[in-house]
This record gives sequence, structure tokens and C-alpha cells, in this order.
Amino acid sequence: MYVYDELDRTIVAERVAEFRDQVGRRISGELTEEEFKPLRLMNGVYLQLHAYMLRIAIPYGTLASRQLRMLAHVGRRYDRNYGHFTTRQNIQFNWIKLEDLPDAAADLASVGLHGIQTSGNCVRNITTDQWSGVAPDEIEDARIWAEVLRQHTTLHPEFSFLPRKFKIAVTAAPHDRAAVKVHDIGLRLHRNGAGETGFEVLVGGGLGRTPFIAKSIRPFLPKRDVLSYVEAVLRVYNQFARRDNLYKSRIKILVHDLGAEAFAREVEAEWQHIKDGPLALDPAVVAEIAARFRYPDYARLNDNPPEVVQLRKADRRFDVWHGNAVAKHKVPGYAIVTLSLKPEGGPPGDATSDQMDAIADLADRYSFGEIRVGHEQNLVLPHVAQRDLGELWRALDAIGVATPNIGLVSDIISCPGLDYCSLANARSIPIAQELTRRFRDLGLARELGRLHINISGCINACGHHHVGHIGILGVEKNGEEFYQITLGGRADERAELGTLLGPAVPYGKVADIVEEVVAAYLELRERPNETFLETVKRLGVEPFKERVYATH
Amino acid sequence: MTSPLQQKLKITGPVVVTANRLRDGAVVYRTVEGQWSPRLDQAAVVSTAPAATELLAAAVVDDVSAVGAYVAPVRIGADGRPEPGNLRETIRHAGPTIASAITTEI
Amino acid sequence: MPLIKDGRIITDRYVHVLDDAPLPDGVPVIVPAARFLADAAEILQREAAVGVIWPNNRRVAELAPYLDRLALVALVFPNFKDGRAYSQARLLRERYDFRGELRATGQILRDQFLFLVRAGFDVLDVAKASDVSAFESALARYSVFYQTVGEGRIPAARIRLAAGAPLSPVGEVA
Repeated sequence: MYVYDELDRTIVAERVAEFRDQVGRRISGELTEEEFKPLRLMNGVYLQLHAYMLRIAIPYGTLASRQLRMLAHVGRRYDRNYGHFTTRQNIQFNWIKLEDLPDAAADLASVGLHGIQTSGNCVRNITTDQWSGVAPDEIEDARIWAEVLRQHTTLHPEFSFLPRKFKIAVTAAPHDRAAVKVHDIGLRLHRNGAGETGFEVLVGGGLGRTPFIAKSIRPFLPKRDVLSYVEAVLRVYNQFARRDNLYKSRIKILVHDLGAEAFAREVEAEWQHIKDGPLALDPAVVAEIAARFRYPDYARLNDNPPEVVQLRKADRRFDVWHGNAVAKHKVPGYAIVTLSLKPEGGPPGDATSDQMDAIADLADRYSFGEIRVGHEQNLVLPHVAQRDLGELWRALDAIGVATPNIGLVSDIISCPGLDYCSLANARSIPIAQELTRRFRDLGLARELGRLHINISGCINACGHHHVGHIGILGVEKNGEEFYQITLGGRADERAELGTLLGPAVPYGKVADIVEEVVAAYLELRERPNETFLETVKRLGVEPFKERVYATH
Repeated sequence: MTSPLQQKLKITGPVVVTANRLRDGAVVYRTVEGQWSPRLDQAAVVSTAPAATELLAAAVVDDVSAVGAYVAPVRIGADGRPEPGNLRETIRHAGPTIASAITTEI
Repeated sequence: MPLIKDGRIITDRYVHVLDDAPLPDGVPVIVPAARFLADAAEILQREAAVGVIWPNNRRVAELAPYLDRLALVALVFPNFKDGRAYSQARLLRERYDFRGELRATGQILRDQFLFLVRAGFDVLDVAKASDVSAFESALARYSVFYQTVGEGRIPAARIRLAAGAPLSPVGEVA
């Protein structure tokens, strides 16, 4: 749990004051919308179909219980009693009024939350593995580096008016839960042959209209150099990326146009000038930041306490949930518990204010007051003692966040789509809802195994459909909603873009098609534990296409 | 991105000008009196490009009241009142289509 | 459009010379980049001050050989969202050690004032006269900064280290 000090709090408070002034000047007409729009975007305020939308940053997906309670409060006081967790570990409120925003921002600031740089052409929320700090396979806590970079890129005078948005992700485990390969900069902390820890630097990943997997431009960068290197990348990007065309302004286009090697040379040339200057990280500075990440005072406990073993035998539902939502923790006797925000029939990633309050209470009781937000739009309690799992499960079940579908077919990742978003071509949430109904049978879901469905309502790909095992993209054809389906994408360390299955299908047919894809997988797989992804990799999309389009 | 005023308006049927109210983001429609109303049945309906351009121009200038003005298609209902002319406008007018967990209809 | 330096409106001493016009004697001039580069040696022989207006899509490295003899470099923000000149400014100040007047021109609005000053601009050619009076408050808007940039304000990280003991963390949480 990162603890802000008075310097961090001052910046946020000053930002709130600045924003209050800007909102006032807009309402009075002193600022036109054209002048105001970039300013409000830099505070996370969008204008959507029905209302303004506020996007609040949750740095590296980490929340304290009192912060979650404040989000519940914002939902009640200024919105419609619910919030939506996003694919970048942020939260969105969809009904907020401009005139209320300064007060909402002040309330959020009182617990260190804000919407700073959650939109606009600046460096956005830096995301990490939601299991950072507790994952057994991690090298170290990636969040420390996310915080180092967050501070450096917040209100940076040189990089606040970039050609476009800029997204950075950090991972520190061999299994990449942070999707670094589809970010503008991906940082992969690892050990080299000599046993030293450093970063692989990847650039130019991204989804959207022209998706790219990031290119590695530096296999090993010592930790001391990460700030200066990122600065060099940003400076090259700021100066040389296109600004004439909205769709060609991301760094992935610059890297593609120049070629990864030429791009790397530009970065290295710039970096040579600054690597030994004030951006060379003083270990004392890193240590100071690291020290403000507070870890729980874990008790000395054993794995597999008898009461849990017993309960798993006695209670089938608990056993199923345990097998699905409980993951191994780095500390013996503890567990990482994932809370499903994907109930049958529900909009993926939404939580009511009441649920948020209840989860905050459970975090206090069972997780040392800490909650995590994952980019698959679920929540995590990262520090649960295994002996508490039975009680915790009952409580989670009672508030509707214990559906044992984590990582399964009904754990759908979806953008808000045309029901909310002014950029969308088609709806996404009703598709997700219908799919959760079609796949309500948890036995079938377990049978299918790991299967990620990602839905985006437009080419901006906020649902990350390109990297879904089954990806669904909403498009518009003659005023009707149609959907393109891709298979075989993945977002992890072996990131790959999905392959188009066939012609786009209308809204009413999407759920049928997905059912048929799934049925095809069951027929085609070599053995029960060959995953959907493995089957697609082995056979390609043709056999799926044949089956699906034969009947349509 | 070209402003709505610079785009040549292609009007193939009845249209209104719509925007979001500045203070609260609510969906509003430009009225004949040059005001903004949340009621579609109070919207000024026009059917020619020049009329739409004029209506839009006045709306865009009035950005202290409402923002993001653009021209949106409508259908004229049996009662002669305008109704949203496409899915997007239907959703803007009536709200998200998301059924709660209890209903089964999409 | 008003020029501000240190929060006050100043008169522009410089005459802006268009591409082919002859340079007036005895007055400071601002010359477009292409013109300057074509005749640099000759232009720099003048007694009176020489300034260059440099486009935001050209590397400032090209100007480096002349910086010690230039009194002014004007950089351009064609619209305030185009932030290339922030990089140019920092390079001029921090890499090439340019000591003359660094002027921000183009669409300069009050919400950029602090960024501009931190990037190294000392004179701002402001788009709206009404923004001039906001200069003081704009610069006072923030008291804490995370980044080390050339203008010398001590960044938060350094303040923390100097303070030694943790600066009042509040309770358990941010």
C-alpha cells in the first residue's frame, strides 16, 4: 500500500484548485469548449452520450479500503450508485455533472484519489500486474517502478502536450499479467545471465485501428537508467511523431514508420546526453519510494489449514469457488482472492456503491485493508489468510462477487460501448450480458477451461478485442450493428493479435456464433486439457470458420 | 478533426441539432426559439442543408449553454412528433439499453 | 499580442523581418529560420541584436552553432496542444546552454504558463490580453513539482531526501 506524503497530497490539492478555477471559467464562458476540452481531459473528464464521464486513476490498481469507500461515496453523491472498473485499472463514473466535478475532485483528493492524466495527450495511468507484491513468481514489486514513473510523468512540463495519449505498463514476473506488449512502452523487469535485475524496454505496442505488438529496443537496462531512458523515448516521440492525423499519432506508428532499429538509434542518441544527469536514479530516491509501500504484518501460518480442507470436502460450492478464484500467495498460509464482477446477466466490471462499501469492509477484515483492480475488470483481495477463506467466501457470495468464473468463458472483458460511449459504433454490454446467460452453466465453463472473450464497441479497442482468445469488434453497416469475430489473440508474454474468423455478423447472431465456436473447440480439441488457445494455434481458424459459417 | 460547421452537411431527411448541456451533460435539442430543451418533441426540425447549417451555426456559438452540437437524424412519428432517427440517437434519448439482470430481452 | 516577462507586460524591442525584406539598421530583429541559416554569418555581423524564429518541426541542433551570438530564439506553438516546442526549449536551455531570451509564440494560453516557464521560456507572447493578469496566480498554482527540469526548482524527491525522516504520511493510506 503506497502512502502519499504531504508533497503528493499537495500536488493533488493544487490540481483540484486549478481544476475548480478552470471549471468556473468554462461555466462563465471565459473559456470556450475548444480551450477547455484539453484541460478537462487532463483531469479525466470526458463528454459521453448521456453525460460527462469521470475517469479516476487507480495507480497500479492498488486501493486502500478508505479509498474504495470514497469511490462508493462519489457514486452515491454525484452519480447513480455504481462505477465501472476499466481495462487500465481505472474506475469510471458515467453520470457526473460538470458543476459537481470540483467538489467530487476535492472529495477524492481527501483520500489521495484523482483523475489527473487519465485522459488527454499525456502519460496515462501506469499499469502493472494486479498481483504485484504478492505474486509467487515475481522478481520484485513492479509497483515501485510504476510509482517512480508516475511521479516523473505527472504534470511534466515537457510532456503534457504529446501527439497522443501515452500508456506505460510494467511487469516483474515471467508470466505477464500486465499486457506490456500492447503498450506504448512496456517494461519487463527480469534477471539477466549475470543475475542482475533490469528492464527489457519494449515500445510501440498498442491496439486500436492499427494494432501492433511492441518491439524490444533494449534487452537489458539497469534500473538506475529507467527514468532517463523513458524520458528519451518520450522526447523522441514528442518531437517526431505525426500530429496531422489523429490515427497516425501514436508511438506505434512512429516506430513502424522509422523501423524499430532506427527508432532505437534515435532514443539511444538522445539518451546518451541525459543518462548520467539528474535523471540517473539515485538508489536513495528509489529506496524512499519503496519504503512507502507498506506491506502487511503477515502472521506465520501454514498452507492448507484443516478447516479449509474440511470445508472443501463438505461444501461443493465453496470447493468450486476455491478452485477458481483463489490463487497462491508468496507468503505461506495466505492467498490471493479474485472477486468476480462478472455475474450472470450483469454489465462486466460494474460494482454498485453498496458492493464497494461491503468489499471495503471485507478488505479491512480479511485483506489488511487493501484491494486491487485488475485489467480484466475484476477486483482482488491480495492478502487473505487461508484460514479465513470460508467466512470470506460466504460474505462475497452474499454480495454477488463470488461467481466462480474467473478466467473462464463468462469472465468477459468489455468496453462500455454504444450504451455509453460517444466513440462507439455498436453496443458491447448487452452482448456480454447475453453471453453470460448462454454460458451460465459453470460446469460447462470449467469444461471449456481458460477462455477470454473481449468485446470492443469500436475500433479504439478499449475492450482489447485484438488480444482476446475470442475477440468481438462492433462495427456499423448501413445503420445496423455488426460484429467481427477474431480468434487466437493473447495479451501476455507471448502476445499475439487474433485472426479474423469470417464476415461480420449482425447483433442478434453474435451469441449464437460464439456458442458455435465453443462447440467447435470441444469437438476439435485433442484432449480435454488442450486449451482453446492451443487448439486455435494448432489448427488455425479454418476449421472453426467452416463449422460456424456452414450454418449461417 | 474538422468542426461540424466545416463538414458539408448532407441532409436526406428531417434532422435536429442536438448537444449536451454544459453544466450537467444532459442530452438537449435546439429549439425554434434558439434555446435548448431536453425534450425531443420541442426540437426544431429542419429538412434542408441550408436550414440545418444555420441551426447548427447558432448552436455551436452558444457553447456556454451546451457543447458538442451536431446534426442528428429524426423520424417523424405517426403523431407528427420527431423521434430519434438511428440507434445512437435512440440511446441518447432514452438512456442505455442495458437490461438489468432480471430481464432477458436484449 | 502582449509580451509578458516576469509577470509584467513588456514592449517588444524586436522588429519581425519577413523573409526577403532588408534588415533595418540599429534595431533588434527577429529573422525566420530559413533566412537566418542562408545568411547566418552576415546577419550575425550586425551590431544590433539578432533573434531567430524557429519552427517546431526542425531540430534545434541546427541552431546550436549560433546560439552564443543570438540574443533571442522564438519557438512556436501553432496551437496550444502541439507541444513540440517544450522539448525544443528544454534542449536549448539544458543541452545547449542558451542564455538569451527564449520566447514562446503562437497560441499561448494561461493554462500553459507554468509549463512554459518550467520548460525554460522567459518571455511569453500571450494570445489573450485578459490572461496577462493571471500570470502571477498561474505560476503560484503549484508549489510542489516531481520533475527535475532546468529551471532549478527542487523536485519532490530531493526535498524528501533532504528532510530525512518521512514527511507526515497520513494514516494508512494516500
